[in-house]
Amino acid sequence: MAFAPGTDIVSQIIYAASLMLFVVFMLYGQRIQFYVMIREVENSLRKLKVIKEKGRKTAIETIKEIGKPETDPTSKVDRYLEYFTISPQSMDPAGIVYKLDHILDVRDNRLKDEVKLIAPASDEVQVFNLENTLEAAMALNFIYRIVRHFYIQGKKTLNMYIILQLQMILPLVMKEAEAYANALEAFAFGQPIGDGVGPLIAARLMQGYETRRVPKDCVVATLPFEGRTALVLKARGPGGNVGKPGDAVKELIEENKGKIAMVIMIDAGLKLEGEKVGEVAEGIGAAIGGPGVDAFKIEEVVVKYKIPLNAIIVREDIGDAVSPMRKEIADSVDNVLERMRNVVNERTKEGDKIIIVGVGNTIGVGQ
Amino acid sequence: MSKNSSDISNKISRYLQIIVFAVLALSFIALIFGVEAYLMGNGTVAIYLILIGALSMGLAVYVLYQSRKRVEKLKTEDTKVMTTIECRKCKTKDLREFERGDFVFKELGKCDKCEENKIITAIYKEIKNKEKPFTI
Ligand SMILES: [Zn+2]
Repeated sequence: MAFAPGTDIVSQIIYAASLMLFVVFMLYGQRIQFYVMIREVENSLRKLKVIKEKGRKTAIETIKEIGKPETDPTSKVDRYLEYFTISPQSMDPAGIVYKLDHILDVRDNRLKDEVKLIAPASDEVQVFNLENTLEAAMALNFIYRIVRHFYIQGKKTLNMYIILQLQMILPLVMKEAEAYANALEAFAFGQPIGDGVGPLIAARLMQGYETRRVPKDCVVATLPFEGRTALVLKARGPGGNVGKPGDAVKELIEENKGKIAMVIMIDAGLKLEGEKVGEVAEGIGAAIGGPGVDAFKIEEVVVKYKIPLNAIIVREDIGDAVSPMRKEIADSVDNVLERMRNVVNERTKEGDKIIIVGVGNTIGVGQ
Repeated sequence: MSKNSSDISNKISRYLQIIVFAVLALSFIALIFGVEAYLMGNGTVAIYLILIGALSMGLAVYVLYQSRKRVEKLKTEDTKVMTTIECRKCKTKDLREFERGDFVFKELGKCDKCEENKIITAIYKEIKNKEKPFTI
């Protein structure tokens, strides 16, 4: 019996083996591909678990270090990490913003109270920072649980398409998880993050001027800017905090009975791949992220008084936005101030009143 | 990245290295047998052995090179966060590593030369190894 022209036994065996391989791949190719994908997802899941566990450990250690709890905080932290929020019903969307606002307020208060219980020795700034730290740990926990859910589901049902979808979005999920892990470290130490560029610019303007508090967790300073009067607004630092600029802007405009010539918002904006970190861009509209409650409130009040709304953003990607501030971003401050002067000089008259809002998490930035 | 995950990656690369070196040794033996078979005049066996030996050796070297590159990449990702301290009056600038409790625009103690308070003007991290730009 000869498979191939060669007559020696070695080439016969190799030829037969290659034929077998061909048949195996034809019949089980997809199955093999499925197992390769499962393996890939499994590796990422394992990495996610390591990241999540490390975040949890960092959070617990930071609480022990600055909170000085009498008992071991581990079980309380674990309970905290499973905390969930149910978003309001949107079947009849009228008024949903205020419902969401209320739920977020309740959540915020509840989490802060919980932090005070877990870490009794921490001051106000540290409570804010610890809350941010725990919230990053919570996000990591959530990502891990979701990925694990779909992984197990895919494996149980041997459904290639569940695993395929998971594998397709995994690079983005991993990037986000790493960003949260970096954020967690920054929050634990109280370091300014890339998202803090707005508050940093506002704080720079506020230097040497009296500040007063406005709702909620925001500060405002009145100062001269290019011959105009500027009301400069930011979240109150240096604790990790975004404040509620929506309420603050509304109050400032109402206080001045709508006689505001312009609102300028400064924020970190998501950069696309290929764009440089720290690039400054200008535009129109409410430059503020989050669940949209603040953007809604600001839009509502500027529409009521027909006030032009300008935005200046500093470009950075999601990883830069939540990890310690990069030098390129810190260096963009002068550039933003220059752009702001141009906008104000071109679009308002001397003696006008303007509002400048530094949007973002003010962690590690005072005023 | 972090200490913990780089520990794990070190462990993985150690296992990998053991495997790679085992493969290298085996491929070396295969090459020797191949040469021996050739000298004995057994041409086909010699070709197969040399082919397998060379292929697996190439593969092993490639994997080793790749894992080295990855470890190097992990190492360079560690960057320190720096705090800049300035005296507004005499314009002196100090740079030191970040300490817990630092924040931008925090007033520190008196300056060494004058009565003015020193102030933190910036906190940032500098990434030395920039990602490679895509010029398109
Ligand atoms: Zn001095």
